[in-house]
Amino acid sequence: MTRIFTLILAALLAASTTASAQGPLRIEITEGVIEPLPFAAPSFIPENAGAEQMAAQITQVIAADLANTGLFREIPRNAFISTVTSFSSPVQYSDWKAINAQALITGAVAVSSDGRVTVKFRLFDVFSESQLGDGLQFVGTTASWRRMSHKVADAVYGRITGEGGYFDSRVVFVSETGPKNARRKRLAIMDYDGADVQFLTDSSTIVLAPRFSPTGDRVLYTSYETGVPTIFVLDVASVGKRALGEQPGMMTFAPRFSPDGNTVVYSLSQGGNTDLYRMPVGGGPETRLTSTPSIETAPSFSPDGSRIVFESDRSGTQQLYVMPATGGEAVRISFGQGRYGTPVWSPRGDLIAFTKQNKGRFHIGVMRVDGSEERLLTASFLDEGPSWSPNGRVIMFTRESQGPTGSPSLYSVDITGRNLRRVPTNGAASDPAWSPLLP
Amino acid sequence: MNLTNKALLLIAGLAISACTSPSQFGDGENTVDLNGPGSTTVDPLGDVTSTAYFNSAVGDRVLFAVNQSTLSPEARQVLTAQASWLIDNRDYTIVIEGHADEQGTREYNIGLSAKRASAVQQFLVQNGVSGGRISTVPYGKERPIEICSQEACYSKNRRAVTVLQAGIS
Repeated sequence: MTRIFTLILAALLAASTTASAQGPLRIEITEGVIEPLPFAAPSFIPENAGAEQMAAQITQVIAADLANTGLFREIPRNAFISTVTSFSSPVQYSDWKAINAQALITGAVAVSSDGRVTVKFRLFDVFSESQLGDGLQFVGTTASWRRMSHKVADAVYGRITGEGGYFDSRVVFVSETGPKNARRKRLAIMDYDGADVQFLTDSSTIVLAPRFSPTGDRVLYTSYETGVPTIFVLDVASVGKRALGEQPGMMTFAPRFSPDGNTVVYSLSQGGNTDLYRMPVGGGPETRLTSTPSIETAPSFSPDGSRIVFESDRSGTQQLYVMPATGGEAVRISFGQGRYGTPVWSPRGDLIAFTKQNKGRFHIGVMRVDGSEERLLTASFLDEGPSWSPNGRVIMFTRESQGPTGSPSLYSVDITGRNLRRVPTNGAASDPAWSPLLP
Repeated sequence: MNLTNKALLLIAGLAISACTSPSQFGDGENTVDLNGPGSTTVDPLGDVTSTAYFNSAVGDRVLFAVNQSTLSPEARQVLTAQASWLIDNRDYTIVIEGHADEQGTREYNIGLSAKRASAVQQFLVQNGVSGGRISTVPYGKERPIEICSQEACYSKNRRAVTVLQAGIS
């Protein structure tokens, strides 16, 4: 992937002291924030003629990224006392304290005649009257202005929460059109916030459940273009694709990358029996991982690549199991009421997200990797298919509405169960898979 | 499905329109034929070797209980009739489509519908149909024929459909 940005850690304001991350401006995400942190984001200063619109758009995307987390609340600009007219002028802390802004984000945008955009920003802790972290500057093309905005928001989020951000990321999903009994499906990719949708396949055949490679450059998915479910690997930049295996007629589905991107674990159905296998992503010999008459599917590697969590109905109903990544004895980890499926290991390694069916309802939930501390985050007629944000703090999933006109949408929810939101898509959408943070 | 009723319908000649296409998915058009057994019209000539006759009079599909792939006595009755018809009509190859209702996760339902299609395949082979004529496709919950979110629809979507294709056996 080409490097779009040059990141310059510049001491833009030598006079200011850098506030410690232990200062008062701090959100502990795991606490389940009840009261969002109020911030002010005056429109970034256009540093040359022609940068006004870009500056306004960039500020909007940054503010929306932060507000949509549910951890932050944007103070409306008509409440502002101070006007920021220059990126270098000193901050009037008292004016921002008076409107209870705990964080202040200032910035400036320049657009050069050859189409280069420079975005710089500073983050201030208003109540301790100090700058939080150094000023940062991003340089990119006009086409990448949204990514630069997300990078600024990721930096602000990171400095205040102490966690990695997730805004500069993408989501691959299945775009759906048509009635419930004649649905057409296409693979599509978009920014995490629903912007910049691009289609990766046409709607001539069924496509299902895409997954990103660990570097986000490739996508694994299941397609019916050969007549039976078959795994394909797609290169995101060129949109070129090829079948994973070479044996025609093999029914394969539910593919997932290993953390090093070299191996694919998947389901293979033969004579009606579905088991888990692994294969090098470039093709080559397959290794059988399970051998039971039950249905084994929806595998997911642990972030260190040593273990695989998957679902099996070997006990009579769908439940979650963990086994070594090379196969071997599987340990059941789900023991609550109902059926458990689609386990996904968190990128932090601490939790497993899943779909649970119980008493006619569907839930997205999380549990520790040993199955303890199960928590259900959602409930509806049909929620399924969780996917983790790059920082392991947010889960995106499919929610399908009920009845003859029912259709799927994408939703996201915090791992605390708060901040349930519909992810905007143009039309019906399902099977979201979140990319890693982009380079 | 009641074979006697089907036969009576045929004899009474109630249906006079041309034969309809079989219920077949994955043909690239994603067409859906809502004519399940009982509503499919019958060839006016009563051509007992036709696809239309097979679909309506013999019965092209069997239904399953929730999360099950075992064949009910009713299903075995239909499949026994399918097997003897298929033995008599060797000019068709057979694709068995497995399906599930929407009450399940997507990938599990593919595994479940593969089991259903395979159960039908095995029954037909055990009853004399050449295994070389039969292939299967698991559609999971991707191709419902009924669209309500109630058991009345779910029960018809949990199905395995025997789709005939002209071909050399």
